[in-house]
Amino acid sequence: MKNSTVIATNRFGLGARPGDLDIVDRNPQSWLLDQLQGPSRLPVDIESLPHSSNVLVDIQNLKQEKKQRKKSEGDEPAPKSARMYGRSVRGYFNDQAIARYRAAAASDYPFHERLVHFWSNHFAISADQQPLPAITGLFENEAIRPNVTGNFADMLLAAEQHPAMILFLDNERSIGPNSELGRRAKRRAKNRNLGLNENLAREILELHTLGVDGGYTQQDVTTFAKVITGWSIGGMSDSGRFADGDPGTFEFREIIHESGKQTLLGKSYPQSGVEQGEAVLRDLAAHPATAKFLATKLARHFVADEPPTRLVDELAATYLETDGDLSAVYEALVQANEPWRKIHAKYKTPHEFVISTFRAFDHVPDDARFVTRALDMMGQSPFRPGSPEGWPDTAEQWGGADGLYKRIEWCNTVARVVGSRARPVELGEAVLGPALSAKTRKSIARAESGVQGLTLLLASPEFQRR
Amino acid sequence: MGAVATALPTAVFARAETDARFVLVILRGAADGLAIAAPYGDGNYRKVRGDLALPAPGQDGGLLKLDGMFGLHPSLAGVYDEYGKNQALIVHAVASPYRERSHFDGQDVLENGGSDVGLLRDGWLNRALAPLGGSLGNETAIALAVNTPLVLRGENSVTSWAPSQLPDAEESTIRRLQDLYADDEFFATRLTQALRSQEIAGDDRSMRRMRRKAKDIEQVRAMMQATAKFLTAKNGPRIAVLEAGGWDTHANQGASTGSLANRLAGLDTGLIALRDGLGSTWSDTVVAVVTEFGRTVKVNGTRGTDHGTATAAILLGGAINGGRVLADWPGLGKSDLYEGRDLMPTADARSLFKGILADHLDIPDSLLERSVFPDSAAAPPMENLIRG
Repeated sequence: MKNSTVIATNRFGLGARPGDLDIVDRNPQSWLLDQLQGPSRLPVDIESLPHSSNVLVDIQNLKQEKKQRKKSEGDEPAPKSARMYGRSVRGYFNDQAIARYRAAAASDYPFHERLVHFWSNHFAISADQQPLPAITGLFENEAIRPNVTGNFADMLLAAEQHPAMILFLDNERSIGPNSELGRRAKRRAKNRNLGLNENLAREILELHTLGVDGGYTQQDVTTFAKVITGWSIGGMSDSGRFADGDPGTFEFREIIHESGKQTLLGKSYPQSGVEQGEAVLRDLAAHPATAKFLATKLARHFVADEPPTRLVDELAATYLETDGDLSAVYEALVQANEPWRKIHAKYKTPHEFVISTFRAFDHVPDDARFVTRALDMMGQSPFRPGSPEGWPDTAEQWGGADGLYKRIEWCNTVARVVGSRARPVELGEAVLGPALSAKTRKSIARAESGVQGLTLLLASPEFQRR
Repeated sequence: MGAVATALPTAVFARAETDARFVLVILRGAADGLAIAAPYGDGNYRKVRGDLALPAPGQDGGLLKLDGMFGLHPSLAGVYDEYGKNQALIVHAVASPYRERSHFDGQDVLENGGSDVGLLRDGWLNRALAPLGGSLGNETAIALAVNTPLVLRGENSVTSWAPSQLPDAEESTIRRLQDLYADDEFFATRLTQALRSQEIAGDDRSMRRMRRKAKDIEQVRAMMQATAKFLTAKNGPRIAVLEAGGWDTHANQGASTGSLANRLAGLDTGLIALRDGLGSTWSDTVVAVVTEFGRTVKVNGTRGTDHGTATAAILLGGAINGGRVLADWPGLGKSDLYEGRDLMPTADARSLFKGILADHLDIPDSLLERSVFPDSAAAPPMENLIRG
């Protein structure tokens, strides 16, 4: 069996299920490239989820009810409606989380699925503040998934105009100082700085496109923030200025938009309305700094924590030559030499590790809390990276002593709960192939129980790396 | 679990003479220094802070008076008690050398101790560990986190611990893993460290039940209690790093009450739990509470504040020469501000850290200047932070 088979299934895919290695071994590179077409339809778990606009409307109604009940019952807390709201948000979150891990555990397109996770982490949203926990998984499916093998500019636009991103980075009420509403407010209260919020603009430049060394200034951030004033969400209230638009969907609000020509990164943007921001985003997507930044992240994810310069340059060049065609970039990556030199080049993140344990057992989990709690313990709570920077992608970030200990506890737990019927040595050969070391094989073979053998297999250095 | 840990080879370790304990608390997300310690005596304060200005000392929900100029946020009542005992010190208008406004780069500079972004890959506190001794299984420093923060990452071996709700692996499985990992240094080292931490943390039920809820005050308190347990264990770590998130108050920050006030109350409860847990060791302890940068002086359009520059740091502990505010106050007038929007830094965070490392942990000057904080000649150690 070829080493490249292990690399394709493990490092590019999400870990082998029993039987996968034999299929991949026929031609690892083609196996990967064929996945770029993507599955002909959405994974069934994902497909059955509601749309984020419906969820937002539902959540808003519950919130309204909670408020009303609070009013009618005076200062008394309204336990029932409050509970319903909380339960509902948690329910949405859990449905989306388990759908994600079910899809990953069962996918016949694990490279495609890994790319979905990669980009969703690039455009990271942290489900910390309400109502984000109810829609963060949907963001991945609505903004990222459809664009993962397409053009980066399309993904960028879809991500920045998704309600989850707008809420996460506080753009829905960012008001242009000279917009109609901004001017009115200034007349009324002289000192009130009703206005601009730079958060989304800054993170687009720093984290989504150019990168922090991409050559922009604070002035560019402020100008860009003005450009995207008005990028908001429909039906934010029952009445008043933020009531317009289809509830829970992207809504451009002219009344808070800073109109007029703007100059950003040395280029002038005369467009009006939402088109101005879209033009900036398309230019940012085409910027050489963006190409370099994205190429570096991809190479780090698929090749090594310290990505090889030659490969980064090649991927960036491909990106620019094809105007941001992501499939062309993936193809260049798969066909380069660098990814195929070492069988193990990365320490799996907890997210990757947990998925690969499910795949090894060919097990599709059905309890969201079983998965999310384990990942909480390992320091990588699903959909909660805590910041728009997303989860780090290097061993030094995940290599804490406690992190390893938690993984061992997980191996023991998952082996007990879902793996008890598997035969450890055979399973080791089936999922690690030539990567299974003689030492690990011996250790597994001598285990005092099936569960212990499986725990040793999953906790082995070769299983924890990719 | 205990049996496995004691089955480890008895480590030969050398530790410096000091009994000094140091706890670094990193507030991630840029905590608002003007809310932690508000300059109510600055004539511009109320004007520039508008709705977010805290009431003056003595008023309802008012500041806790530190001196004629500064007041502590009313949520920090426990810290204020320590201030009254001269065991808390506020350093104001302080910033790392970083002058842009990215959280991630800001935290990098705060933690790696460099003079700019990306110059160093490891953390200053790790580099300072060299003379403090310690050995595998008896590390001098611990991260109370699953993933070690940058400030503690580097060549010197450190350990980590965080509570778990997963069932224990069996002892014989752990033994076999020790054997399986023997040839792989990455895994072998980490397992040894983890087992030692398990031994100290023990099977404390309250810790096991502890939930990892971001907004839960209980969590900060439980982590601080665990910290105390580690720092008082025989041959346990002497230095601990904790982190707390949720300080990025772009919207609805609140003043005496509200989201930031709740966070600060959680922090305060935690700090007091740490003091209580340390018992008599508190007298040899320094706790430093720092954040990557401050927030804009002006309130933004969403009743919050945006990324700024200088902020405030809290030092407390029995070893602190406190009861005062250390600030070369830059003022809040438009022309006083950094780039017309942020509190102007007049103190360097590296000076603060160097002051603690030199006078509390006895780290030699030569090491401080050469490797802990390279290129920091412009930031001499702050003097008299530590009780003489």
